[in-house]
Amino acid sequence: MASNWVRNLAVSAAGAAGLAAAGSALAVPWNLQAPVTRIAADIHGLHEYVMILVTLIFIGVFGAMFYSVYAHRKDKGHKAAQFHESTTVEVLWTVIPLVILVVIAWPATKVVIAQKDTSQADLTIKVTGYQWKWGYDYVKGEGEGIRFFSTLTTPRDQIEGRAKKGANYLLEVDNELVVPVNKKVRILATGADVIHAWWVPAFGAKQDAIPGFIRDIHFKAEKTGTFRGQCTELCGKDHGYMPIVVRVVSQDEYTKWVGEHKDKKAAATEDPGKIVAAAESARK
Amino acid sequence: MSAVVDSHGHEHHHDHHGGYGGIMRWITTTNHKDIGTLYLWFSFIMFMVGGAMAMVIRLELFEPGLQWVNPDFFNQMTTMHGLIMVFGAIMPAFVGFANWLIPMQIGAPDMAFARMNNWSFWILPFAASLLVISFFVPGGAPGVGWTLYAPLTVQMGVGMDLTIFAVHLLGMSSIMGSINIITTILNLRAPGMTLMRMPLFCWTWLITAYLLVAAMPVLAGAVTMTLTDRHFGTSFFNAAGGGDPVLYQHIFWFFGHPEVYIIALPAFGVISQVIPAFSRKPLFGYASMVYATSAIAILSFIVWAHHMYTVGMPVTGQLFFMYATTLIAVPTGVKVFNWVATMWKGALSFETPMLFAIGFLFLFTLGGMTGLVLSLAAVDIQLHDTYYVVAHFHYVMAIGAVFAGFAGIYFWLPKWTGRMYDETLGKWHFWLSTIFINLTFFVQHFSGLAGMPRRVPDYPLMFETWNKLSSIGAFGFGLSQLLFLYIVLKALKRGEKAKDKQWEGADSLEWTHLPTPVPYHTFETQPVLK
Repeated sequence: MASNWVRNLAVSAAGAAGLAAAGSALAVPWNLQAPVTRIAADIHGLHEYVMILVTLIFIGVFGAMFYSVYAHRKDKGHKAAQFHESTTVEVLWTVIPLVILVVIAWPATKVVIAQKDTSQADLTIKVTGYQWKWGYDYVKGEGEGIRFFSTLTTPRDQIEGRAKKGANYLLEVDNELVVPVNKKVRILATGADVIHAWWVPAFGAKQDAIPGFIRDIHFKAEKTGTFRGQCTELCGKDHGYMPIVVRVVSQDEYTKWVGEHKDKKAAATEDPGKIVAAAESARK
Repeated sequence: MSAVVDSHGHEHHHDHHGGYGGIMRWITTTNHKDIGTLYLWFSFIMFMVGGAMAMVIRLELFEPGLQWVNPDFFNQMTTMHGLIMVFGAIMPAFVGFANWLIPMQIGAPDMAFARMNNWSFWILPFAASLLVISFFVPGGAPGVGWTLYAPLTVQMGVGMDLTIFAVHLLGMSSIMGSINIITTILNLRAPGMTLMRMPLFCWTWLITAYLLVAAMPVLAGAVTMTLTDRHFGTSFFNAAGGGDPVLYQHIFWFFGHPEVYIIALPAFGVISQVIPAFSRKPLFGYASMVYATSAIAILSFIVWAHHMYTVGMPVTGQLFFMYATTLIAVPTGVKVFNWVATMWKGALSFETPMLFAIGFLFLFTLGGMTGLVLSLAAVDIQLHDTYYVVAHFHYVMAIGAVFAGFAGIYFWLPKWTGRMYDETLGKWHFWLSTIFINLTFFVQHFSGLAGMPRRVPDYPLMFETWNKLSSIGAFGFGLSQLLFLYIVLKALKRGEKAKDKQWEGADSLEWTHLPTPVPYHTFETQPVLK
């Protein structure tokens, strides 16, 4: 009898482990992407913190409701009570949520302030959204004067199903944005035609690119690697086909990359200083 | 309340359909019940049209790559799906409920402005036609999203102008309907029916009507500025001419956030009638329900920019809108707690309306919780314009408001038509809808968290599993609504005769004072309530 029970337990444990293994083998991403910046990590933490709180509240409230559904049924012969108000209870469930909100808002405020602090950047890059590609201008810091466009390279055949889709389907470009690791990068976003939005999920950085205006965000990648995102503001026909790819490299590699781009620097026609000055005055 | 039955109208109701028969009866009608019926059928047709568009969207998103439609048409589908569902399906459905119920619940013979009532309805088919015609003009319907953001709107063809005129008409219809509702509630209540004795459905509609009168002109202004930017050389939203594209978003969302509650509050009203009836217990905290509804309405006007956390507002702006938005959780929480407390220690039974009400309570609150997550500006930066947002607002609208609508239809159909629906099929409708709609939208939280942007016709391979599941759910939910149509038609045709007071716990005037089916004219002599 006892051995049967043990065997059953062992079989179900193995079954559960098998399911879990199958789940991880599928590798379906279901949570925020692994953070690469401090801000993204903070967002991650904040999200988990709030999710735990709201899940507890949800279980509490609907635990009560489902208990009622289970116990207070007419077909079980339960007679309806006739109470319909209680000032004490009503005050309590107004005040307690208020307190919970303060508990949530406090850490959220700190992250918002950190997100908005674009001061003392090591490198400033202007990002321009076009229908349907991105333009990058290195306007201040090492690499000043480098400028290029970044366009989707996924072939039409893959999109229309005539060829097998590659691993980075819709997330690959001709010219990646290259930045040094552990350096604070300030992004000045603007749009050339309509509103676009520049987003790299792993950086926790998203900014609408608005024609005629410059708005800034920042990120400081703490790991090297290639990170991918997509335009997140509907910008017309090919909104789904203008990805963002950022390659974070070591300082040495970055210096080398800048050297390779020296020729292109001469081609820059716009005075980058002006753009920075305009952004500075817009911030005041 | 006494159980005196007003039989006056009943004796004559067959010859009281006005001067016309056939189609002219419906075109010329000034009867609040006829107009309520027109609104409800119109809304159901629009629900099917908007739903068909959702099917096209989910079909294209079933797998990565472009299979069925081109990106332009895909954008037109998402735009029109949103506009038709919000303005054509959900809003008219609740105006239909208001027309049917408000006069009967406050003991009035009809709406205050009966002819204007006819006019407010008959504008709608013209507005809907403009939206549909826009597909057939050069350039097709606008592919800009239901929010109609500038300056993308400037690039669109004639379809954009038709849409703008449709929005004008829809706004006029809503404002006229609201004036009617406010006037009716404030002036036509039966003696003894004080404001604080009104059924909560009337309260939520009174407050909703004020929101509509305040918010719809703002939307009309925004789209008119878009129209003049497109054709008459103005630059409201064009930086090159001294305007600002973000100004459009501020104006739009100053309308758009109250709009969220314009959709939600009448749903709250329906739920506040259904839950007490099947709990056989009075609504818990009636007064606090009224105050909470008012608080939500007031707060709804100072939170609009939480839809715009990524436009680059100053830090003080981000913080103000974050704090104001989280505050909405307090009155909304009060409402949820009150509903649960109403059920607590009641004598519950679970007919179809109650199932949908419980489904509403559970799933709307789930959508509210993700709303709290999104209210935090820091987190929203990551989730803005991803499928997480799509999941969130479909939980509160496509599940919240729509389930409340189903609850209301099953609850009042016996009263209105004198015929019962098939309870077994009703329960099937509930369970199929619940399972499939959750399959559709729950998984979208995951694709959103993982980084899938909304409004894209094609997506990277890592999102494929979630999209497949979501599409299967959507097809299932769509098909389940054909069952709903069958249930209603079957009830109309050969449903069992319903009782005067079909639901044991229902206590508003339409149940206690009127026969079933309700006569064509009711309360020609107002009841006196002690």
